[in-house]
Amino acid sequence: MQITAKPTLPNRLPVVVPPSRSNRLGATLAQWIATGAFYGLLTLIALILLLPTLWMISTSLKVDGQVFAYPPQILPDPIAWANYPTAIQKFPFWLYLRNSIIVTGISTIGTVLSASLCAFGFARRRFPERELLFGVLLSTMMLPSIITLIPTFVLFTRLGWVNTFLPLTLPAFFGGGAFNIFLLRQFYRTLPYDYDEAAYIDGASSLRVWWAIILPFSKAPLAVITVFTILAAWNDFMGPLIYMNKPEMRTLALGLQFFRDQFVTQWSYLMAASTLTLIPVLILFAAAQRYFMEGILLTGLSGR
Amino acid sequence: MTIVNMKVRHGPLARREAWEGRLYVLPWVIGFVLFTIGPMLASVYFSFTEYSVLSGAKWLGLENYTDIFTKDRLFRLSLINTFYFVVLSVPINLLASFLVALLLSVNLRGINFYRTLYYLPVITPAVASSLTWSLLFSGDFGLVNAVLRGLGLPTFNWLYDPQITKLVFVVMNLWGIGGSMIIFLAGLKNVPLSLYEAAHIDGASTWQRFYHITVPMMTPLVFFNLILGIIGTFQVFTGAYIITAGGPANSTLFYVLYLYNNAFKFFKMGYASALAWILFVIILAFTVVQLRMARLWVYYEAER
Repeated sequence: MQITAKPTLPNRLPVVVPPSRSNRLGATLAQWIATGAFYGLLTLIALILLLPTLWMISTSLKVDGQVFAYPPQILPDPIAWANYPTAIQKFPFWLYLRNSIIVTGISTIGTVLSASLCAFGFARRRFPERELLFGVLLSTMMLPSIITLIPTFVLFTRLGWVNTFLPLTLPAFFGGGAFNIFLLRQFYRTLPYDYDEAAYIDGASSLRVWWAIILPFSKAPLAVITVFTILAAWNDFMGPLIYMNKPEMRTLALGLQFFRDQFVTQWSYLMAASTLTLIPVLILFAAAQRYFMEGILLTGLSGR
Repeated sequence: MTIVNMKVRHGPLARREAWEGRLYVLPWVIGFVLFTIGPMLASVYFSFTEYSVLSGAKWLGLENYTDIFTKDRLFRLSLINTFYFVVLSVPINLLASFLVALLLSVNLRGINFYRTLYYLPVITPAVASSLTWSLLFSGDFGLVNAVLRGLGLPTFNWLYDPQITKLVFVVMNLWGIGGSMIIFLAGLKNVPLSLYEAAHIDGASTWQRFYHITVPMMTPLVFFNLILGIIGTFQVFTGAYIITAGGPANSTLFYVLYLYNNAFKFFKMGYASALAWILFVIILAFTVVQLRMARLWVYYEAER
């Protein structure tokens, strides 16, 4: 005999809030309250986590006297929109923006391209040294980056690459980082090999299989590493600090620090400049967050 | 099937596949040699020399190391500062990110919105958030002190009191839980529902399901985040560089900041390389100990 009715499964993970099996009025009410309290807790934590960012934006719109007012002025009144044009005038904002876009753009292209090709090799092509090399790759994920900092700096200095974009962009084309290769390789391995096989029988090259089969299936994990790379490059501080000595080569993240040194007391301008640094990545993240969250939850980011 | 295929792989097709595979991972191999192994070897050499980029290397033997261990008061201080920070911050952040991930794993309407909000502090450029923190914690009229005063609580000179500056950094570091939180979240979503289903049918309580299913299934990720957390936290730099520059009284002179000062302020590249190797060995020791202890508490599913 077949059991047709499956046990009813809760629609949610029964980790925190167990499904109520009783449908009586009291239980329903209790569940309503519990759900409300749960949302309240989520919102409270969100406010705490967002407090610095919100305070940054709020301060950026205050007139000078209000920055240290007591009691603290939560919302700026009047809203000093003029802080933004003033802040932009006080440092070479457009130049730094351009530099940040160049560094971020090139290193992101390098990372995504390089990591997806390397991951393809590790996931879909068999060769004797594969497991050994992949083991080495995994171990480099645990390598503290500080150990290679000084010799790499010496190398790039000797090559005359200080104050060029090369130190911050070129390494991305050599594999794109162990973590990204690892992430993509884990995902590629979950794709059935039948598609590849069919394409190979039809005479396709492996490069074509990568381009026409693997990449279209991998939008979510590619979105994840794209966002990760953009964030890391945009927000990188130590790299530009070491390699960009000339003021005209500074990125926004680095320029902000020098802005601070110059106008240390003018907090509203400083916060306006900080907000301007955040806005591009914020827009990007808002646009990509759907794919990003989906990608993270769907790919084997967990590494299993 | 796969195993059988693996065994009989001698034909021209297999050879071609192997060469393709090597070619795909070649960029990473070159990058590994140029930017990882090469610099590591160079770093060993530098650590035995007196070296600045301007002058050549002068062989010193073990002098850098003996100086560091016997004469360098700041080495000891920066190491203690860093241990203090790691020992407090890593477990606190691990616990916080796990708890928050648990909250966010519940399927409720709008939960994706909260997931995005919780991740936002991570995308804020470290320079911008560091500047905001120094505003929030500033002496007389920072928001933190204003709120404390409003509540009738004592206020502190957060960034100028050597007794508490490190604690301020531990607190600030809590805003960076987004990264490990999202890894936990991905893991929680990947726990097979069938496990909960089976436990539910067997009459396990919510707590039992959490303790006997969720926790063991999460231990590999706890381990992963613990290792990455230790490696990352040992290398804390940007916040300390921007907010306190190591002060007051060197109370926030963390190890990598001290290393940076030696290498790029005093141009003692050889000395700084020796510092880097000492940190590397310390981190490696921590990692190895964790790997050993992992057998006692990390649960791995049977190999597939």
